[in-house]
Amino acid sequence: MDGGMGAPPPEPVTYLCGDCGADNTLKPGDVIQCRECGYRILYKKRTRRIVQFEAR
Amino acid sequence: MATSDDEEPKLPAHLELQRTRVVCAADAPSYTESVQYSGAYMAYGVDNSLRLEDFRKNHRVDIVSLNEEDIEFDIVGIDAAIANAFRRILIAEVPTMAIEKVYIANNTSVIQDEVLAHRLGLLPIKADPRLFDYKSEEENANEKNTIVFKLDVVCTRKGERIMNGSVKSDQMKWLPEGSEMPFHTKSKFTSYGSTQENLAGISSEGITIMYPDIIVAKLRPGQAIELEGHATKGIGKTHAKWSPVATARYRMLPEVNLMEEIQGKLAEELVQKCPVGVFDIEDVGSVKKAKVARPRNCTLCRECVRGDGWDKRVQLSRVKNHFIFTIESTGALRPEILFTEAIKILNEKCQRILTEISF
Repeated sequence: MDGGMGAPPPEPVTYLCGDCGADNTLKPGDVIQCRECGYRILYKKRTRRIVQFEAR
Repeated sequence: MATSDDEEPKLPAHLELQRTRVVCAADAPSYTESVQYSGAYMAYGVDNSLRLEDFRKNHRVDIVSLNEEDIEFDIVGIDAAIANAFRRILIAEVPTMAIEKVYIANNTSVIQDEVLAHRLGLLPIKADPRLFDYKSEEENANEKNTIVFKLDVVCTRKGERIMNGSVKSDQMKWLPEGSEMPFHTKSKFTSYGSTQENLAGISSEGITIMYPDIIVAKLRPGQAIELEGHATKGIGKTHAKWSPVATARYRMLPEVNLMEEIQGKLAEELVQKCPVGVFDIEDVGSVKKAKVARPRNCTLCRECVRGDGWDKRVQLSRVKNHFIFTIESTGALRPEILFTEAIKILNEKCQRILTEISF
């Protein structure tokens, strides 16, 4: 779903603020800064790709 | 060997004791083996062969206690080998359903994916395994071999309260229609022909985790878990999560004999010695006399045969062919059903040997 490898229109990506944990949706060229608290470190979210595990 | 019915030869008392009892002295038990050979006592004219009619006459099963989870019963007239076979089959060969594959779409909690998957595998599932088939690795998952559970929780802060701070086993939701993963694809992880709700034998409450309050994971606000667990049928030999019992155990019936009258001070000392209260004091006139009141409580700690001369006064033994069996079910099947299933499995094994050795 959100794999989007090299898709022509640049998709906005959601990041997590390293300080307050709020969601931040950024487009290319945007300032890397949290909209809630102004913190400058943002983290990428975990992929939604399904991983299989053996329950052992 | 021919013996006349009216005058069956008897074994001398000391040999009868060795044959039927394990004698537990202060240092070590003795006569622990069971005498199998039919001609072992031929010199006394006693036939030691195993006969079906003797078994029918002597065999007995008494249920001592029974509830949803536990059973305790006495099984009399079988060899230790058979009792042990039942115990081992109960632990390792009676099948149950357990989560085997975990498909994790999201897990931002502190518990790692593989640890979480392992924990999910250990959850006891309330589903009758007799309604399902074994699934081989190559086979596709269908409604007869796979039960699907979904877990989708997000931890949030509502004012001072934290919602979903701990994920409990009742948040595992049964999906009778099969898997919903992978998302946005035509082919799913399972291909169900029909809903599992219509399967014969499924109770109206559906399939759940046996206990609703098992903590699966803990979350902080903002963390989430989204996954599917696919349960298959298996046996404890493959992995302990499929074992249908918390434990299955047996012990031989303890027997406590007083070899002489124990009175007065000694009697009081004897009552004091036993930590599980096997002995009582009986007042006969003005003398206090020790008696064996609750031999079943005896754990064979041998405290009563320790110390000066006590091994001459008290004899501890166990009855070789009397087993006190205890089964604690994990919940998929009732404990008494588990035992009958174990008997069926042993029977199947015997049938298999019979076909192997017959020409």
